Amino acid sequence: MSLFSQMPISTGSKTYGVIAEFKDPADLVHAAEKVRDAGYKEFDCHSPFPIHGMDDAMGQKRSPVGYIVGTAAFIAFFGIVLTLYWITGIEYKFVISAKPYFSFQAFVPVFFAICILTSAIVATFGMIVINRLPQWFHPLFESENFTRFSDDGFFVSIASTDPKFDLAATRSFLEGIGGTNVETIEVELPEKKKAEAH
Amino acid sequence: MSAEQHVERHVEPPLIKGKPRFADVTEHIARVIEGKTAKTWFLLFGLAVSALMLLIGSVGYLVWEGIGIWGLNIPVGWGFAIVNFVWWVGIGHAGTLISAILYLFRQRWRTSINRFAEAMTIFAVICALLFPGIHVGRIWVIYWVMPLPNQMAMWPNFRSPLLWDMFAVGTYFTCSLLFWYVGLIPDFATLRDRAKKRVKKIAYGIFALGWHGGNRQWKHYELAYLILAGISTPLVLSVHSIVSTDFATSILPGWHTTIFPPYFVAGAIFSGFAMVMTLGIICRKIFKLENYITMNHLEKMNKVMLLTGMMVGYAYGTEFFTAWYSGNPYEMFAFANRAFGPYWWSYWIMIACNVLVPQAFWFKKARTSITWMFIASILINVGMWFERYVIVITLTRDYLPSAWGWYWPTVWDWMTMIGSFGLFFTLFLLFIRWLPMIAIAEIKNVLPQANPHHKHKGEGKDHAHPAGAEAKHQADVTGKPNPAMGGTG
Repeated sequence: MSLFSQMPISTGSKTYGVIAEFKDPADLVHAAEKVRDAGYKEFDCHSPFPIHGMDDAMGQKRSPVGYIVGTAAFIAFFGIVLTLYWITGIEYKFVISAKPYFSFQAFVPVFFAICILTSAIVATFGMIVINRLPQWFHPLFESENFTRFSDDGFFVSIASTDPKFDLAATRSFLEGIGGTNVETIEVELPEKKKAEAH
Repeated sequence: MSAEQHVERHVEPPLIKGKPRFADVTEHIARVIEGKTAKTWFLLFGLAVSALMLLIGSVGYLVWEGIGIWGLNIPVGWGFAIVNFVWWVGIGHAGTLISAILYLFRQRWRTSINRFAEAMTIFAVICALLFPGIHVGRIWVIYWVMPLPNQMAMWPNFRSPLLWDMFAVGTYFTCSLLFWYVGLIPDFATLRDRAKKRVKKIAYGIFALGWHGGNRQWKHYELAYLILAGISTPLVLSVHSIVSTDFATSILPGWHTTIFPPYFVAGAIFSGFAMVMTLGIICRKIFKLENYITMNHLEKMNKVMLLTGMMVGYAYGTEFFTAWYSGNPYEMFAFANRAFGPYWWSYWIMIACNVLVPQAFWFKKARTSITWMFIASILINVGMWFERYVIVITLTRDYLPSAWGWYWPTVWDWMTMIGSFGLFFTLFLLFIRWLPMIAIAEIKNVLPQANPHHKHKGEGKDHAHPAGAEAKHQADVTGKPNPAMGGTG
């Protein structure tokens, strides 16, 4: 279940995968459970908003963003403490209101601000990078119907890179679990790749 | 009382009225920015830009001539600039409180107001940052406040509260901006997918980053959002505390008090909510969003204002008590001078607006009257501006009568202040014209049908769920709020 699993171009396949629409959040959760139980790994459930319980239904692990941010904040803390120690205690020694050079109590607001600032930047950009964004082109956007995911559409997509993927079987499986508007997503390959595929 | 009656009594009014479907939510909120630009908008924008021109002009002249054009002098070396700085930073705090603290406390009603409150925060902090920036007089060397290696081999003084301010407010601005942007990503995707014109599609598409709403994206997104809320929460308390140390670490009577940090924070939230109220009332009326920003929301905000107003009033009382109890003649004089000295009127404007006006919110009639709450919200912000004015004006009479003086703002002070409103409203009007002023994805999330257990109510066992979800399901059936609805799973 790698993060890179939905990158279709590297496989040289022309079919990105299959999508099916479901009626509402509850149906999508149940569909996710069935897709998971059927043994598919490289699938995703698209919804206009996050649905509670979807991680379990899809059999997904917790996001690592928390550990990344925690580590970054830790490094930032030691980084800024050492930086200020160097600036005030070594590089630029000045006696100000008769306080010790490294009067760390007065630096707490700065330590704090830097930890927060680093955490916010790492949380935002960490999330973006883990999500492999920005990725302005995505094969799913080929489908006219799919764009409703950002309005009121609930979709399951199964990628052709999944070992269990079989176009006909996957299509009928999705129909079998209550999916409507089942659609095969085709991707135009770049010329070079096309030649290789032939 | 039977259990059933007990449940009945605690039923909250629906967060969103009119029982909209998911598609309705998109439509209602997106139409505000997709429709033709209203004439009112152009009128307001014209006014705002005119005021912005005043700002550009007065700041330009300031840079040319120096801060002598302001009414600053000894003993009052800090005038309108610091008053406006503190006031604008304070305004911002409500946005962060709504977006971060109310999120962590699962106050789902925050969802209707968080987007434009966050926008308000960002624009208010921009206005705030302007003032210390121009107050240094030599704006072209403002980067000296930052610890950058330079050929002079100099470093800033990290013991100075003014430097802490730079870090605190800079961090605050960056965090607020990132938090706001992260919240906007799914809505950018919505606007991208709805856009008819190619230019719009590309413009919104760039900011949407290619969002496709898959749970593999949502799970990272939600955790990042939760973390941003978590780290913004201490900022609500820390930023204005640090701002207050600008005053509190000095050894001037009336300033050197430990009550300043909590008192500033309460005041900040108080004035910020008043500003959210002012903007919210206008926007819900103009854009017909009464079903999203309901009377229930407004009433809750009024309750917050009542609470924080009382805290501020309590702080005013404590200041006087401490001055008396200290037995320090300078301290006692400073406070007597505030209330009965030459600037007595500013003190009593502050008391009337900040302490007396919110008392009306004890009554449901006042809490649910649009007219009253609109007037009150403006009065509160006037009062909060005067609070900072009163603090600064304490400088006019310090230890020695021979050193006493006056402070009167000049026309440039006024123009800069009016201009900062121009900057704020220009940005805010651009925001409501091009971005959804209510978080579309988050609103859908608090609708009852967004809960995957919604339609199974009363159907008994929901077999398909793993063990842990069962208790959760039961909780949903009994009508408790779903913790996921704030957004996090």
